Amino acid sequence: MKYTKYITSAAGLLGLGAILVACTPAPTMKTGYDYAIPETQAMQDDDFSNPAFVWVDIGEEQWSTVDGEAGKSCESCHGDASSMKGISTSYPKYSAEDGKMRTLQHQINYERTERMKAKAWKWEGDEMLGMASFIKNQSKGMPLNVSIEGEAAPFYEAGKAFYMQRRGGLDMSCKNCHMDYPGVKIRANVLTNGLPNGFPTYRLKWQKIGSLHRRFRGCNSNIRATPYKQGSDEYTNLELFLTHRANGVAVETPAVRN
Amino acid sequence: MANKPRVKVPKKAKSGDIIQIKTLMSHKMETGNRKDKKTGKLIPRKIINKFVCSFKGKEVMSAVLHPAVAANPYLAFYAKATESGTFDFEWTEDGGKTITASGDITVS
Repeated sequence: MKYTKYITSAAGLLGLGAILVACTPAPTMKTGYDYAIPETQAMQDDDFSNPAFVWVDIGEEQWSTVDGEAGKSCESCHGDASSMKGISTSYPKYSAEDGKMRTLQHQINYERTERMKAKAWKWEGDEMLGMASFIKNQSKGMPLNVSIEGEAAPFYEAGKAFYMQRRGGLDMSCKNCHMDYPGVKIRANVLTNGLPNGFPTYRLKWQKIGSLHRRFRGCNSNIRATPYKQGSDEYTNLELFLTHRANGVAVETPAVRN
Repeated sequence: MANKPRVKVPKKAKSGDIIQIKTLMSHKMETGNRKDKKTGKLIPRKIINKFVCSFKGKEVMSAVLHPAVAANPYLAFYAKATESGTFDFEWTEDGGKTITASGDITVS
């Protein structure tokens, strides 16, 4: 990989702006949290003042709620939610059944329709976002670790191609901002590395929690491109690429961003 | 979305301690200035307009909220712990609907 990575050293050189070429193992990239203003960081640091926890509570409630014809809840099979610790870090995952990648949200709906015989949740619905953030919150602090080996490889390549592809009226690719200029201002906003480790994220702009794919849609329409649908193959592959790019970065779900 | 309040009152305190109370109300806080994209009509205002915290029937803190307040209003404030009891919280929505919550404290 050509781009440089920020590496936190034990001496705290990061604060001095030391940039090293990726040559040492386990580098950590700066996340959106590092670029956020202190007030936003404080909101995220305190689980109580973090408004995203309203949705995490919804997820916790849904975890033990029996739904569907099978008369099951998540809890009936998985037991206590602590069993989900570390699970979300390996998503998106290849599914042989679908013949493509599955994000955590796809997996939740798969479990609902196949195992619980219940209705699938809407991608951007309160229950879905609540459940996704609740499950991801169990892995908070653990490093992302997705595999792009074997079956996942072509999907990774597709995601990478999407990331590098210029599109829209402004003729810009994701890379043009998030790889080339993290930390630089674009109008009044600071560009970040664009990492997925805090999603579903509470965005102050949205005044609610939202999925990573919703963020993709926002990014795409900002560069005047036609956004894809949430949960589409294009965005799922892109999520795989981004998550792999962020491998080793700790999960922050649910994060608070501007 | 259900309007579920979150409150945090310290469980224990010593008499005379200054304690921090935190509240977070999940609410859309519809300002009344937005238009429905399809019909072009204004979406009626629906916000939490009043918050009251009382201790054993006596008001501790109250606030009047206006449309500029963001969704999911978070309020934190301080009170002096003098005796054990229950803090009652009440949020009033436009239209008069109230949502309540409470938190207990033991003062030693």
